[in-house]
Amino acid sequence: MTAALGATAGTLIAHSPGPAAVPAPGGPGIGATAGSLAAADAPSLVQSIDWLAIAPPTLTALAALVVLVADLFLPAPRKRLLGYGALTALAAALALLIPLRAGDRSTFCLTTGVQACSYTVDHFTVVIQALVLGGAFLTVLLSLDDTRRLPAGEYWFLLLASASGAALLPAARDLATLVVALEVASLPAFALVGIKRGDRRSSEAALKFFLSSVVATAVMLLGVSFVYASTGTLHLTEIAARLDDVTPVLDTLAKTGVTLTLVGFAFKTAAAPFHFWVPDTYVGAPLPIAAYLSVVGKAVGFSGLILVTVVAFPSYADVWGPALAVLAALTMTVGNVAAVRQRADRARSAVRLLAWSSVAQAGYLLVPIAAAAYSSDEQIGSTVAYALMYAVVNLGAFAVAALVSRTHPGNRLTDYRGLYATRPLAALALGFFLLCLAGLPPGIIGLFAKVTVFSAAVDAGLGWLAVVMAVNVVIALYYYLQWTASLFRTPEGAPETAAPDTGEEPRARPRRFRAPTPLTTAIVLTAAAGILLSGAPQAVLRFASVSLF
Amino acid sequence: MTVIDISPSVMQFLLAFIVVGPLLGAVAALLPAPPGLKGRNPDQAVLRHGVTVTGAVLIAAIVLAVGFDHDHPATMQATTDISWIPALDVRIHLGIDGISLPLLVLTALLTFLCALYSYFKPPAGPSPKAFVALVLLLESGTLATFAVLDLLLFFLAFEMVLIPMYFLINRWGGDQRQAAAWKFILYTLLGSVVMLLGLLLVGLKSGTFDMVALATDNGRGLTTSVQVIAVLAIGLGLAVKTPMWPLHSWLPDAHTAAPTVGSVLLAGVLLKMGTYGFVRILLPAAPDGMRTFAPYLAAFAVVGIVYGSLACLALARTGAKGDLKRLIAYSSVGHMGFVLLGIATMTPTGVNGALFANIAHGLITGLLFFLVGAVKDRYGTADLDTLAGATGAALYGRAPRLGALLAFAAVASLGLPGLAGFWGEMLTLFGAYSPAEGLSRPAFRTFMAIGAFGTLLTAAYMLIVVRRVCMGEHALPARTTPATTPTPSAASAPDAPQAPAAPGTPQPPAATPAPAASPTSGPLQAPTTPGTLQAPPTPGAPQAPPAPQLADVQPYEAAAWTPLVALTVLAGLWPAVLLGLTDPAVQKLLSGGKS
Repeated sequence: MTAALGATAGTLIAHSPGPAAVPAPGGPGIGATAGSLAAADAPSLVQSIDWLAIAPPTLTALAALVVLVADLFLPAPRKRLLGYGALTALAAALALLIPLRAGDRSTFCLTTGVQACSYTVDHFTVVIQALVLGGAFLTVLLSLDDTRRLPAGEYWFLLLASASGAALLPAARDLATLVVALEVASLPAFALVGIKRGDRRSSEAALKFFLSSVVATAVMLLGVSFVYASTGTLHLTEIAARLDDVTPVLDTLAKTGVTLTLVGFAFKTAAAPFHFWVPDTYVGAPLPIAAYLSVVGKAVGFSGLILVTVVAFPSYADVWGPALAVLAALTMTVGNVAAVRQRADRARSAVRLLAWSSVAQAGYLLVPIAAAAYSSDEQIGSTVAYALMYAVVNLGAFAVAALVSRTHPGNRLTDYRGLYATRPLAALALGFFLLCLAGLPPGIIGLFAKVTVFSAAVDAGLGWLAVVMAVNVVIALYYYLQWTASLFRTPEGAPETAAPDTGEEPRARPRRFRAPTPLTTAIVLTAAAGILLSGAPQAVLRFASVSLF
Repeated sequence: MTVIDISPSVMQFLLAFIVVGPLLGAVAALLPAPPGLKGRNPDQAVLRHGVTVTGAVLIAAIVLAVGFDHDHPATMQATTDISWIPALDVRIHLGIDGISLPLLVLTALLTFLCALYSYFKPPAGPSPKAFVALVLLLESGTLATFAVLDLLLFFLAFEMVLIPMYFLINRWGGDQRQAAAWKFILYTLLGSVVMLLGLLLVGLKSGTFDMVALATDNGRGLTTSVQVIAVLAIGLGLAVKTPMWPLHSWLPDAHTAAPTVGSVLLAGVLLKMGTYGFVRILLPAAPDGMRTFAPYLAAFAVVGIVYGSLACLALARTGAKGDLKRLIAYSSVGHMGFVLLGIATMTPTGVNGALFANIAHGLITGLLFFLVGAVKDRYGTADLDTLAGATGAALYGRAPRLGALLAFAAVASLGLPGLAGFWGEMLTLFGAYSPAEGLSRPAFRTFMAIGAFGTLLTAAYMLIVVRRVCMGEHALPARTTPATTPTPSAASAPDAPQAPAAPGTPQPPAATPAPAASPTSGPLQAPTTPGTLQAPPTPGAPQAPPAPQLADVQPYEAAAWTPLVALTVLAGLWPAVLLGLTDPAVQKLLSGGKS
């Protein structure tokens, strides 16, 4: 419940740093508030609100509340409508991005002193919001007929609430809004991971996720408070300006603050030393939620990291640049090596593999951010372009995995053997998605997305990182291709070994299981997007060459 | 000297069609056949579709070659240049000159012949639908590699062939196919990812990904250190593909496991992509870097020549259980060594020789793999000892035309003057005699001497192969007793060579005792069922039949092989056809587009 209000709270909190930033550091906050009441001659301190600019996250948050309330009044057979409501709300939020595409709005700006806004709709915001809302949209499609065993009202409410936080985050331009948005995005996610009642694995996954995430938040908040203490502002652009000349006494404090904030975000992005929660969480969570976390959850972490590094701490580029480069190398290596070592016949090995692969992909996503420290902010565009490609393709892969898990609840990699024989189109789609992730033609978009990341690294003079990434791409190819190849194998032998494990399965096998429409729609949408992008990669790669801020 | 004047826009369209046509054909192959084109059965229809598409592409390639302005082979012709991904500065820039035209035609020809061959002799394995789609995808990728003039597009095309080849080996291959397919794709991919880094380095540092612009710059936009790194990275990727000596170990496995058609395309076309990259990208765009590495490249090349020959000699020994396909794969390592040596000289003579050897190798080794595939189909094994030991009078006696063709291809491969193999080797050795300025003369003369010694070794093993396979072992080992034949394990065909016509091995229709079915009517009715189903008749068969006549060259085989034979002779007798095309283009590339 608190999470839902968080979105509103986020906008409310956006007011408070405004006045607080006006007096000099150390100036009493109470005095500022009192002053705002007393001084009538000063320009109004009430910040104006551009409702259109904040419409996408707001609409999502409102829809979350509506769904929660409607759940109370809907009879059980009609709970399905809630899902369609969520779908509509997300589609509407996506549509609301269209008038914002110029990327020139900002709101909750300071009315006095320097020009700084808490909520900005620039190109970066629009693109990430589109990614996040689109990802949530596809997640809803994936879960539409998966929710029968789950509490529908809570599920949709939590999902929408999390999506609203995720949509708020890329627009946030002060640390308080950033942290609040991050928490609004993650708190419902814990509940979503653990929503399978009575499932021990689900609860364990939720607990693991919760603990690691809360530690990250605590560390990050500590860092944020240090930064605030040393600079006296929460607005990112202001921090950037003031970090340059911090009083020498506070220098250590500022440095510690920057480091702790970055460590917090590294947790959120599941970068290498902080990645251990990912596989268990993905495996324990309902499959659509795993898909959601792998795409939207990552996007949240990354956009936060980008905002903090590039917008707020550019003067510490010599610190976070090398650190992120090392993290990137470590993350991709750890993810790929672990993915290669997956045993194919282990239960849920498919999701586990996708989880490790998402860790590895996070490593690639970090590369351009690290490169931005060495050359220019435009490198960030490579991360955005890569994230867009990854979102489409990874959600597609999860959609096919969801389809397969209908007939094979074990969801082992061996269950995919011979998928082409039973479901040729799903197999072709999955093969395409995997090759996109691997970066091999015919997954042209995957290839070129990798090329932009490579070129960002080469451009920034990070030759060693490019080489590490090259080696990783080859390692990753091993498991992606093995999976792809198994899709087209003859399914002989597999039925005999799989049947005894799952008691009720053999009965269902002879008659062909009809794929549910929402799932098919999700696969078709992602596959169409992937193929279109492969034909015209410019659609996402154009972000790679321009400044998004 | 344009044979026929074809308007530039038509040429443009033809080249675009050559690249895109197979791609569309591959997609169409996966769709159900439209009414009216259903054929006798779906398999036949899709195989026919493959023949149609590759045939159309071949015709387009020939028309393109005819319309090519042979007076100006150094200029890019039939060019298309449109922006595709402005963000990465990737342009769809297509064009052909004297260097790429022969390779383009060779690719179209070999793929067509492969499609034709598969039409009459469908590959043993899963449905031919995917097979045709993969072959067409492969064709599209290779043709695109030779036609594109943008570094990143080149990389894309280079990678595009990997997946189809992987599946061709993995699904339609022989023993050990999965391991071989893995090895193939992992080696090539490791190489090509490193190559991508090099290409990006060149592109970012020089500010353009356009090969024509890079060639015109001739490395002026790049510092020597950048060139050295770029050549190292790009060269590594290309060297894996070529393959250069220490990086070759994927090739024998891949060839041994690949189906006949896969081997032909792998040897005839895919290997050329590596050497083409050396000539098209590295020589003109990074000459300083090339000069640094040329001696090492040449050294590796001659080691490859000698190593390949020695490996072949070892395989050809009696009792070595050498696989004939493996042997030819090793001979490819040697032949590509000559190509690399020619490139490493950095002289027009050497590079022309390299390009000539490239084409010659494509023709001859393509033919050899076809023939070995045919032999393997007839005997059920490509094991050299079995082929030599069992057959008494061997191929000459049992399938004289096949034997003669094999001997012809072997002799062409060893570089007999008058056949295609000769000129390439001779020119590269010439080139090595006086390498480009700045390269050590004594070193290259040493390389030349070693290379020349390699030709002797090549002759040695090729003649041994011809003697053993075509003429048979002179001292026949004692005939195995008939008792071994009727044992239930009829599947172990190599042990029962005296019954080569046993139904356990897939036979062309005419090999059956009653050759009623004419080859044109019944390729698809040919017994392709596994040997186990037909095994029961074996014990009942006449005890130890006196080595029956093997099916000699079938009409469809003749159709697939004749063009290769004819072109081998033509290129051998009239090398100017090719050299006239390549020489001006090579001169221009080496001099930085000034000539």
